[in-house]
Amino acid sequence: MIGRLTSTERQYAAVVLSLLVVAGIAMAALGRNDALGVHGVLVILFAGGLLYAVLSAFFEPEPREDREASYYDDPIKAGIVLSMAWAVFGMFMGVWVAAQLAWPSLAFDAAWSTFGRLRPTHTSGVIFGFGGNALIATSFHVVQRTSRARLAGQFSPWFVLFGFNLFCVLAVSGYLLGVTQSKEYAEAEWYADLWLVIVWITYLVLFLRTIARRREPHIYVANWYFMAFIVVVAILHIVNNLAVPISWGHAKSYTIWPGVQDAMVQWWYGHNAVAFFLTAGFLGMLYYYLPVRAQRPIFSYRLSILSFWGITFFYMWAGSHHLHYTALPHWVQTLGMTFSVMLLVPSWASAGNALLTLNGAWHRVRDDATLRFMMAAAVFYGLSTFEGSFMAIRPVNALSHYTDWTVGHVHAGALGWVALITFGSLYTLVPALWKRERMYSARLVEVHFWLAIAGTLIYVFAMWNSGIIQGLMWRTYTEDGALAYSFVDSLVAMYPYYIARAFGGLLFLIGALICSYNIWMTVRSVPLAERRDSDVPAAVAVPGE
Amino acid sequence: MEVNERDPVTGRETTGHEWNGIKELDTPVPRGVLMFLIVTHIWAIAWWFFVPAWPLGTTYTKGLLGVDQRTTVEERVVEGQQERSVWMTRLESESYDAILADEALMQTVRGTGRQLFGDNCAACHGRDGRGRAGYPDLTDDDWLWGGGPELIEQTLRYGINTAHPDTRIAQMPAFGRDGMLERDQVRSVAAYVYSLSNPDYSTDENLERIEAGRDVFATTCAACHGENAEGKLEIGAPNLTDARWVYGGDLQTIIASVHGGRQGHMPTWDERMTDAEIRTLALYVHDLGTGQP
Repeated sequence: MIGRLTSTERQYAAVVLSLLVVAGIAMAALGRNDALGVHGVLVILFAGGLLYAVLSAFFEPEPREDREASYYDDPIKAGIVLSMAWAVFGMFMGVWVAAQLAWPSLAFDAAWSTFGRLRPTHTSGVIFGFGGNALIATSFHVVQRTSRARLAGQFSPWFVLFGFNLFCVLAVSGYLLGVTQSKEYAEAEWYADLWLVIVWITYLVLFLRTIARRREPHIYVANWYFMAFIVVVAILHIVNNLAVPISWGHAKSYTIWPGVQDAMVQWWYGHNAVAFFLTAGFLGMLYYYLPVRAQRPIFSYRLSILSFWGITFFYMWAGSHHLHYTALPHWVQTLGMTFSVMLLVPSWASAGNALLTLNGAWHRVRDDATLRFMMAAAVFYGLSTFEGSFMAIRPVNALSHYTDWTVGHVHAGALGWVALITFGSLYTLVPALWKRERMYSARLVEVHFWLAIAGTLIYVFAMWNSGIIQGLMWRTYTEDGALAYSFVDSLVAMYPYYIARAFGGLLFLIGALICSYNIWMTVRSVPLAERRDSDVPAAVAVPGE
Repeated sequence: MEVNERDPVTGRETTGHEWNGIKELDTPVPRGVLMFLIVTHIWAIAWWFFVPAWPLGTTYTKGLLGVDQRTTVEERVVEGQQERSVWMTRLESESYDAILADEALMQTVRGTGRQLFGDNCAACHGRDGRGRAGYPDLTDDDWLWGGGPELIEQTLRYGINTAHPDTRIAQMPAFGRDGMLERDQVRSVAAYVYSLSNPDYSTDENLERIEAGRDVFATTCAACHGENAEGKLEIGAPNLTDARWVYGGDLQTIIASVHGGRQGHMPTWDERMTDAEIRTLALYVHDLGTGQP
């Protein structure tokens, strides 16, 4: 792969990686009495390993290919592999923490394996590791195809991909060491956050430059969503992580936001991470892979516009619904609630647009598990956005907040929508990217589909039951006006559901393992497809320009 | 004008754009979607008129209903206190005897006490109050400091071996570790104590050791646990003749207790609960102990 870089690009890579090694040495030296030092060593190993690979191939002959005659797919392939590796890691962590809730002794009396430290390794592992890598990979694929232009540059895609994974490694390993900002979904500390800013802005510039090179007169919907994802995640990440480290030699920092404003900024971030990372980005995937697989035109361009602007505008206001009945002023809660309700129809419009696109292709949905993954994802997307708007209504939230219902809702979205659309997209993308005739085994895709559906349904139903029981137990009073149940009583009532949840998660994890195997075997053993000349960038003279 | 392609399935025209084989239909937004969009917006905007909603510099729109979550919660708290005050004031002020005689009030104690016990005591003593190794069983009639409500209240309020000035204090010395008894004496006295609740253990084979232990007990242990080893409630020394044990009644655990000593800890709840809560819990635990339904 390095042989395909020009010598100038190899020099860039060597310089950047050397700087990173120096930064790692500085971190290791300054933070020698702190977890920061451990991370310094990790940075040295990560950058040093890559530097070794670059230098080993440094003097290979210059590539002779005509770059404008093909798309640049190497980083996409690496992104898919990384995404699946993180999926297996993150989902395993999820099953482990779920099992710990039912059987606490599975924490094994060690600090690193307590629930509080493992839980963010699960969330970051699946959201950023699995989801993030899948988004980077598919966005690189979709933007090239729908722009009919090659990625702008060969070094920056690698920088984005590996830089992002370095962030993930620093975040997840930090949690095990006890390094955390204690902000949900933004636990990584200041130095990892600063690094991600550099990576993410490079991603934005790369994406915009590629769009600017497009040979199509219009920008396709999927790219609107990918751009919204990249731009807004940059804003959210920077604002929520504004913090002052206690010294250059320590991992610990303090946020600049005080009290309830910190809570508001955090949930503005948290909710929009759901909106723009877990929704907009994956809608970008849906808008490309679903019509390609179904071989159908998008149902309605107008509906696409309505839902895109609805989602990008209304989501921004909805974060305060995470803070109902708290110290946050009542009027902020009202705005969060009402904008969440106004968000419902634009969200549903996306799900509806996807499902109606399948009109004329339902026989394919029946026969093709890959397309069925995407159909089911759209259904779960519709269900969980309805549920989200519903739970944002204050009196409903009074029951659901702090209970497992929230956990069930998140997983209806994360398993049912995000993971299913990703699997459907990967099953479409992998054979196309490696130029194979098909996936290694259609049967295994089918097995994976049913495992994923069963796992999701078991999980979500268990958490609905458990959450509503919990919520009701916490608010039940005796005739005398005293609370009827202690907190421990509610925990005892949760026990069977915790077991069911861990089992549902286990099924989902097995599905992900099967998917990894299927991808591996596709790349290894499925014969090459006949060359498809259509999968190349447009020549410079373009109709419509 | 350019005529766009028509989709054979739906009969709709495409928008005329194409990206890598993907086309889009020019389907208008369905009427139902627009209706629903309008309904949700009307609902949301109406809500703004009724409750606090929009910031206006240093203040905000208060809404026609005049509600605010802060005043709402304050009102609810007062309402709840009033509702509970019917029995709460009685639990605070009436004598234990009077409360125990009032079956209706005791039902309230059992209901409220169960929740209070679950949230505050169950972590150590178990949800059902049966305790576990190191944490006494509160459901039997075997007490360390006495099972009357006044005595339980004192234990609850000031704790055992706490920093509170009025704390109950009890310590079982580390006879073996601190060199007060020889290794052999520890084993003998443990055998003697063990035999008190396990008559089967007094076989000919063990008799000599048990007798030696009896002498050790009389000189070393009887001061606290009493000559008959039945314990003393006023100093928290447990009865060693029954089958109920705080730390465990097998021979090994008794040896460990004599060798290393014991000093249990019960927290003080004096300023962490109201008087009514402490008294409710005292009655609840008393009620658990006397085995009434």
